[in-house]
Amino acid sequence: MTKTSEQINQDLLRPVGRTSPRFFFVVATLGLIVLAGFSAWGYQLYNGVGVAGIRRPVFWGFYITNFVFWIGISHAGTLISAILRLSNAGWRRPITRCAEVITVFALSIGAMFPLIHLGRPWQAFWLAPYPNQRGLWPNYRSPLVWDFFAINTYLIGSITFLILPIIPDFALARDKFSGRRKKLYTVLSLGWRGTQRQWHRLETAMHIMAIVIIPVAVSVHTIVSWDFAMTPVPMWHSTIFAPYFVAGAIFSGIAALIVAMVFLRHFLRLEEYLQPVCFDNLGKLLLLMSLLWFYFVFAERLTTWYGNESSEIAVLWLTQRGPYRYLFWLMVGCNFVIPFPLLAIKRLRTITGTFIASLAIVIGMWLERYLIIVPSLSRKFLPYAWGTYRPTWVEITITAATFAGMALLYVIFAKFVPIISIWELKIGERETAGLPQKASEVEVASGPLRPVVRGAET
Amino acid sequence: MNPKAALYTMCSDPASAQRTVDALLSAGVRTEDITVISSEPFDGFELARHEKATLMPWLAVLGAILGGAGGFLLVSQTQMSYPIVTGGMAIVTPWSNGIITYELTMLGAILTTLLVLILTAPLLRWKQEPYDQQVSDGKILVGVTHTSGNFDEKVREIFSPGGGAAK
Repeated sequence: MTKTSEQINQDLLRPVGRTSPRFFFVVATLGLIVLAGFSAWGYQLYNGVGVAGIRRPVFWGFYITNFVFWIGISHAGTLISAILRLSNAGWRRPITRCAEVITVFALSIGAMFPLIHLGRPWQAFWLAPYPNQRGLWPNYRSPLVWDFFAINTYLIGSITFLILPIIPDFALARDKFSGRRKKLYTVLSLGWRGTQRQWHRLETAMHIMAIVIIPVAVSVHTIVSWDFAMTPVPMWHSTIFAPYFVAGAIFSGIAALIVAMVFLRHFLRLEEYLQPVCFDNLGKLLLLMSLLWFYFVFAERLTTWYGNESSEIAVLWLTQRGPYRYLFWLMVGCNFVIPFPLLAIKRLRTITGTFIASLAIVIGMWLERYLIIVPSLSRKFLPYAWGTYRPTWVEITITAATFAGMALLYVIFAKFVPIISIWELKIGERETAGLPQKASEVEVASGPLRPVVRGAET
Repeated sequence: MNPKAALYTMCSDPASAQRTVDALLSAGVRTEDITVISSEPFDGFELARHEKATLMPWLAVLGAILGGAGGFLLVSQTQMSYPIVTGGMAIVTPWSNGIITYELTMLGAILTTLLVLILTAPLLRWKQEPYDQQVSDGKILVGVTHTSGNFDEKVREIFSPGGGAAK
């Protein structure tokens, strides 16, 4: 059933206009967890990075796992949204903004981890690539400096890609609200009126952004993979890492998007907008990525096993049948065994089915990041460089806080901004209703105006 | 623009907006004096054909070129100005510099696109312009600016059967 413009406005501005006690409860709960995370970080800053479990030889533990994980999650939005926009997939309309928001917040959270990992974040400006006399920096050969450029470019691009289509919705909110909210949205709408010039420029800009952001998104996770692949560490120094990481990022990103959509659908009562077809199509994409992920894991491990190089095979067996085996097989279960039937069998690819599969994948992909980082570092080439890693309460608290932080940012965003792009949805509704899309489809009545409509006889 | 110099009517759908615009053009109103405001784009309709010409894609390419050149200069000049000990290997390293050049190429395109949008849409202008909040409910505003004298009457005449009163 198609909806009128007024109905769409009403439905999608309702969560912005009304605030229920549940909102404050959720914000307070999530806020407390985030506060606990900041306290743990403060404790680490005061006492030194030694309070974390990272030590020789495993210098990259939970923090870098989280960094890679969140950067991967960030591929949910901008990349998927851009691909769907360029392919003009009609079912994308209700989900693009949900996805783009994930990108911006996940990227911001992910980018925090190198700072947390530094131990002395007040020296983080050393990463900034400006000419200086310290002699060592900037070293443009370091993948960590590439990260700096890639992540910042992606963050700027993603924020732009998120904000551009919000501007007309801010203008709508400006017209519909009064008082302080009207003032707020008047400023945020940047003087938008909806002239044909503005629409055309906006759509052109969105099109350019969609084209530009796809290679940027691919480059970001490629470069994150090179943080590992450029070092001669067993099972890291691999040419497969770049595509493997990009595929994994899209995989985890789609899963995170589905999880977010299920919560939004339920709590904001968006059942009429986030329809089963969105979950079905995303479920198919997720299935494809699950198969691709399995293919990459199999190819990587088969090659290592066949090569039988002693240091690599040691790490391989560490994860297959050593102390990390439980995590490894849990990862395989979460990323392939559980999702595959849920997503492959049409009857099971329901909203609940895709939600369960996605939750499993989010867990599985976090484990994957952990299993890429820790086993390789704990078993390097010579026995004197072997060691173990056990996270402390500080790392666990900070990790939990980032998940709460992501949810908190999302909840607050959905409180101030329509989580579904209203104007794009209206275009979709017009198409569904079979209303004219172009002048040649218009039946023009003759009248005193004697109008001339291009493409139609008058 | 003086807002009192503008006349507008509200149309209920793009087809009637199209008819109104075409009638205005037939009556001799200049295309640049016609304003069409809607809550969604109507790409298939020729509501404002003259608005479609834009150099934005080319300017984005230019921004990309400038960004890339800036990126390459940043890395190569810094490497030459503050050379690190490389053990006889290249000071300016094309492979790794290429990555930063690539990222700044993309950043150049993104920032230029944003800038061109703000300047040409135009955004960040809050001065009084013809607008009606009914646009948010799906109505389409068709307005004419800079009318005067007899021409004013002509526009009012066209607007009357268009579905809304001239304001």
